[in-house]
Amino acid sequence: MKHETIETNAGWLIALTLVVISIGGLAEIVPLYFLDDTVEEVKVNGIETVRPYTPLEVRGRDIYMREGCYLCHSQMIRPFRDEALRYGHYSLAAESKFDHPFQWGSKRTGPDLARVGQKYTNQWHVQHLVEPRSVVRGSIMPNYPWLLENKLKYKDIAARMKALKIVGVPYSETKAEYDNNVKRFGKDVAVFLDINQAEANLINQAITNNYDGDKTNVTEMDAMVAYLQVLGTMVDFKKFDDGHFSTFR
Amino acid sequence: MAPTDSNKSDSNKSQTKKPAVQTTGHAWDGDIQEFNNPLPNWWVWAFYLTIVFAIVYWIFFPAWPIGRDYTKGVMNDIEYTTADGKQVKTHWNTRALFEKNMREAEIEQQKYLDQLASASIEEIANDEVKSNFAYSMAKVLYADNCAACHQPGGAGVVGAYPNLADDAWLWGGSFEKIKTSIAAGRNGIMPAFSAKLTATQIDDVAEYVLSLSKHKTDVGKTARGKEIFNGTSGGCYFCHTKAGSGMESMGAANLTDSVWTLADVPAGDNLQAKKEAVKAIIQKGVNRKMPAWDERLTETQIKILAFYVHQLGGGK
Repeated sequence: MKHETIETNAGWLIALTLVVISIGGLAEIVPLYFLDDTVEEVKVNGIETVRPYTPLEVRGRDIYMREGCYLCHSQMIRPFRDEALRYGHYSLAAESKFDHPFQWGSKRTGPDLARVGQKYTNQWHVQHLVEPRSVVRGSIMPNYPWLLENKLKYKDIAARMKALKIVGVPYSETKAEYDNNVKRFGKDVAVFLDINQAEANLINQAITNNYDGDKTNVTEMDAMVAYLQVLGTMVDFKKFDDGHFSTFR
Repeated sequence: MAPTDSNKSDSNKSQTKKPAVQTTGHAWDGDIQEFNNPLPNWWVWAFYLTIVFAIVYWIFFPAWPIGRDYTKGVMNDIEYTTADGKQVKTHWNTRALFEKNMREAEIEQQKYLDQLASASIEEIANDEVKSNFAYSMAKVLYADNCAACHQPGGAGVVGAYPNLADDAWLWGGSFEKIKTSIAAGRNGIMPAFSAKLTATQIDDVAEYVLSLSKHKTDVGKTARGKEIFNGTSGGCYFCHTKAGSGMESMGAANLTDSVWTLADVPAGDNLQAKKEAVKAIIQKGVNRKMPAWDERLTETQIKILAFYVHQLGGGK
């Protein structure tokens, strides 16, 4: 095709420019789908410990995105000593394999949250989300008092999980899928991945764990804290040698 | 194309004369020409250099995917010795580099950490090198892990997180007890009495509790409150003791001093306000938790933190 033909035809110019620009991206991304070690295998006693989120955590994650937490908080600890000392073990690819979309982020105004789970108490999270400066004096994080007031909308939780299932998260609908999850994640986890029991599981988890300090209802705070408390807790690094995960690179 | 090459394709004149600006040969709207200025030489050479760099990089670093595997790079292995003495040699990758950095820093710190691990608290406090190391390490650990609740400086938050800088301790202020609190966490529980006692009874108990810390209270109410406090209906004495001086093994607060960690009594302007603060705690009870840190921190780190907290003000 002649140079002039491309330059004088906007359609061709756009299409071919896109092709040229994509080459770099494709060359870097496509091979990752074929490499064995892109996503690490994390198994303890034959059971996968990185699991999809429970229904309540799914809703918590939705609220995390709704409030734009990712604009200031990353969820990606890089393999550098200074980050490991502050935040904990570097993040694995496997740890965000059920995230759609992942929350790695590219900018930190607040601290990284990849391993914030179980670091603070539920009570602290509630206090901190309602009024950050009451516990962290110099904080510039906004207040999120409505999380405690808003009742959590969860009637559509099954639909949300079905949508995630379409993009590859192994939530179960049929008996066969459920049995497969029992094999992969163990029975205790598989129960929470069953879309048919999603609503009951969600309410049950919120009431049992009482994240927001109020057992009488399920608030957005319950979901948010449930999500924050699970972040980075699925891989027990004590079960693996130091350097085990560098064999995947 | 380098500028010298493109010049050749021009007429011979251009080799002797200063070349006029070339055009692409396109003409737009009849007379608008598109110039084809050659790139500056420094730019072109810098570009060639990046290509050479890339080829060198392919040789030494992991680069090309081949099926399910990839080239690992040569002559660029990372070698280090793990904590349990295993020799590791692997192709270059950022995770191995990280392990190596961590290991090297660990070895550097180990000589101090070993000293701290075996030293008693008095030895750490009395040795300048040891205490300096412990302090600088503890400050960072405290800021990362403890300050979110107990606040920088350890003043805590009244109503939620205990003050670590005073000499009142719910679970004991000795070095060993502080260490246990950090490692295993604590769970402070006081039952709610709103269903067990009537409003008047709770009022009386609150009156008595305030009398313990030398507040001027109503004699009749105080006497009734004392009976509930020390009797079976309230049973408060079970944890707070009959003298009201608290019990470390239960994390029960000393009610006879003027330190308040949950009910903000000092903030009350008058007795009524102070009593309301106490009543709120009696009605709702307490369920507060300090997380266990032995999963996140090493034994020596916990020891260093305990030393730091012990030295904040009120270590016993």
